[in-house]
Order: sequence, then C-alpha cells, then structure tokens
Amino acid sequence: MLLRHTPKEITERTALTVNPAKTCQPIGAMYAALGIHNCLPHSHGSQGCCAYHRSTLTRHYKEPVMAGTSSFTEGASVFGGQANLLQAIDNIFTIYEPDVIAVHTTCLSETIGDDIVQIAAKAKDDGKVPTGKYVIHANTPSYAGSHVTGFANMTKAMVDYFAQSTGRREDVVNIVPGYVEPCDMREIRRLANEMGVRTILFPDTSNVLNGPQTGRYQMFPNGGVTIEELIKTGDSRATIALGRLASGPAARALDGKCKVPCEILDLPIGLRQTDLFVDALRKIAGVNVPDSINIERGQLLDVMTDMHQYFYGKKVGLVGDPDQLIALTDFLVSIDMQPIHIVTGTPGKKFEQRIREITAAVPHAVNVRVGGDMLLFHQWVKNQPVDLLIGNTYLKYIARDEDIPLVRFGFPILDRVGHSYLPTVGYRGGLRLLEKILDALLDRMDRDAPEERFELVM
Amino acid sequence: MAALLEGCFNLDTDEVCEIKPEDVKQELIQKYPVKVARKRAKQIVINKVDECGQVPEIQSNVRTIPGIITQRGCTYAGCKGVVLGPTRDIVNLTHGPIGCGFYSWLTRRNQTRPNGPDDHNFMTYCFSTDMQDEEIIFGGEKKLRQAIQEAYDIFKPKAISIFSTCPVGLIGDDVHQVAREMKEKLGINVFAFSCEGYKGVSQSAGHHIANNGIFTHVVGLDDTVREGKFKLNLLGEYNIGGDAFEIERIFEECGITLVSTFSGNSTIDQFANSHTADLNLIMCHRSINYVAEMMETKFGIPWIKVNFIGAEATAKSLRKIARYFEDQELMDKVEAVIAREMPAVEKVREEVKARCQGKLAMLFVGGSRAHHYQELFAEIGMETISAGYEFAHRDDYEGRRVLPNIKVDADSRNIEELEVHPDPTRFRPRKPAGDLARLQEQGFRFKDYDGMMAEMGDGKLVIDDISQYETEKLIEIYKPAIFCAGIKEKYAVQKSGIPMKQLHSYDSGGPYAAFRGAVNFYREIDRMVNSKVWSYLKPPWEKNPELAAKYAWD
Repeated sequence: MLLRHTPKEITERTALTVNPAKTCQPIGAMYAALGIHNCLPHSHGSQGCCAYHRSTLTRHYKEPVMAGTSSFTEGASVFGGQANLLQAIDNIFTIYEPDVIAVHTTCLSETIGDDIVQIAAKAKDDGKVPTGKYVIHANTPSYAGSHVTGFANMTKAMVDYFAQSTGRREDVVNIVPGYVEPCDMREIRRLANEMGVRTILFPDTSNVLNGPQTGRYQMFPNGGVTIEELIKTGDSRATIALGRLASGPAARALDGKCKVPCEILDLPIGLRQTDLFVDALRKIAGVNVPDSINIERGQLLDVMTDMHQYFYGKKVGLVGDPDQLIALTDFLVSIDMQPIHIVTGTPGKKFEQRIREITAAVPHAVNVRVGGDMLLFHQWVKNQPVDLLIGNTYLKYIARDEDIPLVRFGFPILDRVGHSYLPTVGYRGGLRLLEKILDALLDRMDRDAPEERFELVM
Repeated sequence: MAALLEGCFNLDTDEVCEIKPEDVKQELIQKYPVKVARKRAKQIVINKVDECGQVPEIQSNVRTIPGIITQRGCTYAGCKGVVLGPTRDIVNLTHGPIGCGFYSWLTRRNQTRPNGPDDHNFMTYCFSTDMQDEEIIFGGEKKLRQAIQEAYDIFKPKAISIFSTCPVGLIGDDVHQVAREMKEKLGINVFAFSCEGYKGVSQSAGHHIANNGIFTHVVGLDDTVREGKFKLNLLGEYNIGGDAFEIERIFEECGITLVSTFSGNSTIDQFANSHTADLNLIMCHRSINYVAEMMETKFGIPWIKVNFIGAEATAKSLRKIARYFEDQELMDKVEAVIAREMPAVEKVREEVKARCQGKLAMLFVGGSRAHHYQELFAEIGMETISAGYEFAHRDDYEGRRVLPNIKVDADSRNIEELEVHPDPTRFRPRKPAGDLARLQEQGFRFKDYDGMMAEMGDGKLVIDDISQYETEKLIEIYKPAIFCAGIKEKYAVQKSGIPMKQLHSYDSGGPYAAFRGAVNFYREIDRMVNSKVWSYLKPPWEKNPELAAKYAWD
C-alpha cells in the first residue's frame, strides 16, 4: 500500500496539513504572466520558489517555462530586496529583451514588506526600463489563499497596469478565461469566433504552453495577449469572467477602472455551463448562435443520452480547484452521477454553499470540505467508497490503494499528456470529459466482469 | 554570434571547422552588462590540466546574479528535498506556507523498499503546517507544536523532523526549542533544521545544514554492532531510479555489509547505527562530505571517494574497497563479480559505441553527476565538450587540494560549521596507523577527490551556475548530439531540435548505477541520439517547396 498509514478513522486536525489539495500563490501568477505576449515572469524572492514553480509548470505542460528570480540572499532578506530587483530588471531587459517583466512576490518578500511599486519606479528613474517596455507586478503572498489566488492577482494586475478607457466603446467583448489549460483558452476563443464575436482574451497561454516543435526554440512564443490588446480592454462593451475566484477580481477591477460592465459566470464545463456562457455572449454581443454550435451542443447531448445508463448513480470523489469543481460537479449531477466527496484546498466562503445547492438532489450525504487535504479525502473514500475519482495526478496513489478508476483533471497532471492540447471546456470539451469518464468506467467493467458477462458491445 | 559562426562554420557544406573555446566564452558573455560579464567570466573557464593535475581556478558557490535565469534551487530543497527526503520512516514536516512542501512531494525519484507491510513509509506523504497570515503576524510555534502532536497521534512515527522555510527565520519562530519540547513530551526523536531558502546561495547550504542536523541528532544513537564482514556506509547515494538497489545487489554478491546509506532507501535506525561501520564511501562529494569528515573525526572511520556510475568506475571502486580491507577472500569475490558482470556490459557497449562514437555531449547537473556521467559517455565514444554544476564548490571542480585556499564569502558565512572532537569512548581507529600509512605509500588515497576538471580534457568549457542564455548559445554554437541537465532546461533544449537527457530524474528511467545501470544508460543514450523523431522537424513542403507548386499546376 502506498498510503499505508492513512487511517480509516477520521480525527480532527487543526494544524497539520497532509497531502495538500492546493499549492501556493506565485505559481498561479507565473502561469498567468506567461499568458502575456513577450512577457517574462519574475519571482521576487529567494530562487528556490522560482525553480519549483518552473519545474512544476514544466512537468505539467512538458514545455519550457522561463522566469527570472531576484535570488535573495540572507542579506537581502534582512535589509530588503530592492538592490536585487533593480539588478534583475536591468539584466532581464538587457539579456532576454522581453516587452514586459511581470513581477510576483513570495512569502519572503511579503514578510519583509518590499514595496514593488516603489522599486519599479526607481528602476524606471534609473533608466533601467527601456522606452516602451513595462514592469508590472502583483503581490502574491504564499501564506494566503492558493495558486488560484495568485493567478487571480496577476490577472487583475493586467487590468491595473494596462486597461485604459478612451471613452469610445468598441464592439469587443473581453473574456477572462480563468485558470484553465491553454487549449481551453483557445476553445473559449473559438466558440466566440464561431459566433462572430470580437474578443480580447486575457491571459491567453495558448500557443505559449502548448506550442509546436519546430526545431527552433523561442523564449517568447507566438502566443499570449498583447499589451495593445490589454490597453484596449478598457474600451470593450463588456467583460465575461469565467470562474469567480480566478477571473472575478480582474473583471471587477475593469468595471471599476474603465466602467466596462462584467458578467461573472462559472467555467463552461459541461452542457449547462457552456449553455450559460454561449447565451451570455449571444446577449451581450447581440448575435445569433450559429448552427455549427448547435450541432456541437447536440452531439454532446447525444452522448449524454446514449450512455446515460453507465453514468447513472455512479458515486464520484473529486479533488481540485474551486472554479473547476463547481462546474464539474454541476456537469456530473446533470448526467445523474453522484459526487459525494468534494475537497478543495483553496479557502473561500461561497464554495461550500454553491456545492450544496448543486448537489441538493443527490440521494446520499455529500461531504464537502473547503481548505481540506487529500488525507481527509482519502479517509472519506475509505469510509464510503466511490466508483470514480476525478482530480490531479496525486490522486493516483489513492486510486491504486483503493482500486478505484481515476480520471485526471485539473492541476497538476504530471504523468500524462493531452490536457494541454485537448480542451475540457465547451461542448467539445464536455464530450472529451465524458469520453474519459466512460473509458475509465467501462475499462473497469471489462476488467472485473466474469467471463460470461464480458460484453462485446456496450 | 554571426561572426563566430562564419569563422567556424562552412554554411555550404555544414562542416564544422575548429571552434575556439576562447571565442565561445567571449560569445557567451558579450551581451551581459559589464559587471555581470566580469563576474560570469570567472565562472566560465577553459579547462587545462597540467602535468601535476593542476587545473585553472573557477569561481563557484557564489551568489546567483538576479534575473539571469539560473537553474538553482534553495537551501530548503538541498536539506529537505535532497538529504532527508529519501528516508522513509521519518515524518518530514515542512514549517511554512504550503508551496515548499507541495513542490518537494514525490518529485525526486528516491525509491525506497520497506521491509514488509508494517514497515513505516512516509515518502508518499507531504506534511506541512500550511502557515497562514495569522502565523506570519503572531508566530507559528503554536501551530507547529500542534502539528507535531497531530502527526504523532495519527502516524506514530519513530521520528519527526522539522524543516524551516523562508518566513520562519524572519518571524523568529524557534523551531529547535519546539523540537526539544516535543521530543521530551512525545518520547520520540524530534529535531529541526534551520534551512530557510534564503540561506547560502543554493541547495548546497541545505546539504551542509542537513549533514549537521543528522550528525547531531541521529548518528551514534545506536551502538549495536551488527554481524557481517566489511562493514561500510555509502554516503551521498539517493537511489534515484533504483541506483542504490543496484549497488546494494553488487555489495551483497561481494559479501560486503552495508550498514547505512545516506540516504537512498534508508531508515533512521541505519543512520543511528552508521558510526559502527569501518569505512565510508562517498558517491556525491558535494552533499555529504561533511558527514564523512565529522564521522572520521569523532569515530575514527576513514572515508574514500568512489564512483558507481560507469561499469569501469564500479569495478575500480569495488577493487578499492577490497584493497582497503586487505582481505583475499573479498578480493576474490570482487574479481568474480566483476568478471561475471562485465561481459554483458561490454557486449552492449560495443554495439552502442558503433552508433555513438564521436558525438558530442554537454552536462550541466547539480553538484556531482556532471562529473560522474562523463565516464559513461566516454565508454561509448562520446566526448563531453562542456560541463558544469549548479552549486558545486571549487573542490568539486578543482579537487580537494584547493580546500585550504577557499574563502567562505559573506553569503555563506552564516552556515554553521560544527566543532567535532573525538568521542572519548567510541573513537576507534579502524586500522593501525602503520597500515594506513603503508596503504597510502602504495598509492591508496583516503579523503581525497580530484574533482571534475582534472578528468576533462584541455579546451573544454567548464561553466558554473550556467544561465539560460548561455545554455542557448552553447547549443547554437556546438549543436551537441545530447544535452544533459534537468526538467527546467529539458524542453527548451528539445525545442532546438537537440535530444535532452535529464540526469536528475533520469526521465523516469534507471537505474544507471553500476553494471546493469551502465547497460541501461548505453541503451538510453543510443535511443536518444539515434532516434528517428528528430528527422521530422522540417515538414516536406519546407524542404521542397518547388515540387509542390509544380504539382499544383499539373
């Protein structure tokens, strides 16, 4: 047994986290910053954080992930990291020549209280920021929230630093796609394009973290939202934010700063949530939904109805990030599956209430824990087994010990590919999720069926 | 760049002319701001070995240049991630916000094999105090104490160790006091490490802190003398991809008794008992030489440098062990094992060599492997054109002979040096002084290591703490057949069309140590440098655009 010490009996813990269902802010900020074209993320802290964040993103995407670090020493940790950041800014613009350096912080620089705005201003005064280039920043203390919070903070920084209102409204809708995969961002944009809606999507990591092999390495790939686009977000008709936690703060900041009204929706995972997204976009932009999208929707619904017998009543355990879990739970409930154990490591007030609403009709007690960990989740599973687990790679240890099929979903996925290329949002993404769930369930049926009940046709 | 390439590249024939290392070095640093270039120039050295084995001086173990895109990690990683992480039965509790614990959770491939279903194995777990802002403001000692209590109540471990992260030192939590209190209260070994990420300049400080902690709190707690002949410890072998398993197999077949490994496939009891061994072997000099030195001073155990990467190196190391013990039976067994293992190795080596001969390799790995793996490459006819470490010190590059000349700079001065004295009751010379002297006269070398540069040829570029920029330039200039480094470099290198072998994680492969490991490695490198997949980089329509146009007209 790989998790041989996990007891079935659950004891109350107040101080010890075991096998976390979250990680810390800066990695989310780094990911968001990679969604700006010609941007180098920069970690203002000691260099270990930056190495860890780059490594984890690299293992997840199997792609290069570049970022600078202030490389604090003990001296800087006591006297402040201003000199380190000034040097870093100079070196980065000289050596790597990005258009933007997006600085985030760590628990180190936050604890000592470095003032990034002041340091960046000094860099500019000292002539270390070339004309037409930018240093932006987000405070991302690791001891608050989670990686999702870090993503939200850096996405909001894009608004704070760049969005401008000229007073002239353009027929453009901003979309903040949330902490989703590069292919999901691309899929969201494709749906909007299909509807004939002009959009600015930010951040946008498509073609950055799922780029092609061409034999030529480009530190700044041909992807990411441009500065020009970010500036123009202030003139758009409206903003649609997908995922309250990851995208809400940026959308609200844009409303506050440039009076661009926003609509905050759940992530478009599954039929119902995609319907809500498409409908919102239709109304805001005043367009019709084209047949091509109706066909996609119908195909997803077709599989939902055709294969309903395999989904019906299946108990599921989920671990992940709040925005994803809310939409995913809604999708599972909509095909009569029963999510009964749901854990997120990310703290937040409204999560449990939303999950309770969505699962109100599930005919079993539903365990929900905000700020929980995978030890608790595993204990729940031991006490009430499920038919399927959905979550990141770390769930494979529970899946193996308890002999439960696993669908990999969320962050990080370190041991498979596909998640960065093939979306799980939108109708097509829904189809892919259903395929993955069916594969897991039917492979298990095939494995366990007695020979006389081993079926050719399903 | 263009000028350099014109000088050494015939663009029509693709033939590489002589590339001058001096020009390459210039190319690597010329884009840097003046002060950065001046500093990097001391960390980029063109190797030259004189007849006494002296090599040029390289600057290393100095602070990282901010913003240069280093591959280095931190002290916490060196302490918790590297040295203590592989021990399966200690609850390693990270005191800090969640990230540090999360990122070091199962990401180094330190394999371990519990003795049975009841044996403790906590390596699949991540334990953290998950500090929140209230702990940053009011202190985290209370939560730490409670977390230790909860870990004890749930897991009943033999020992709990605490690892400090960046904010812990700043807010002034006294982790050592908490450890003492909880040790008293719970009656198990509880000890702490002040391995805040900002200490020192790299993972290296973490190794030192881990060595000190293990030596102070664990080594020597159990005086039981085990049965068995030729008792030794293997220091600095972390069982990545099963390396230690392969070495353990060889030892067993030679009749050698392995008391403890620091720290692949290890348990805390083995550390506690390690001072009863008669010889210490050092694999990774950088991470563990401190423990070896302290064990020698306190208990009288000599240490020697060994290398089990490469079949020849393994044979040489086994013979060195046999010579130390001066036992005919052991010598015979060692020879028998070598004789039995080598034919399979040689067969694959010859087969692979035919396909790899003359190809170029580059190695930029932590603090030890950039040296050890050069021998494996040489065995299949591949030349290491450039190599370097992330965080090694001058002695790892230039050999321990330079130790007296190394100045500890301001950034590393606060890393504690333990004062160790001979143990009044347990110090025991393992061999009479006369025997040691005789062995030395015969050329046997104790506590010595020549470093990487002495074994690299003249004109090779040795680069310390290589930056992303330098990596790209090197690849562009030399177009090596393979580049070895870590996960952060991997995909940037491969996007350039160059196969990239991870020598930290082995890309999920291994073992690469000893005889079977050598066979695995030869085959892996052959697979990589001779793979078909790299031939598809250009689509056919880019190779032959005219033909397509003609076809369309037909």
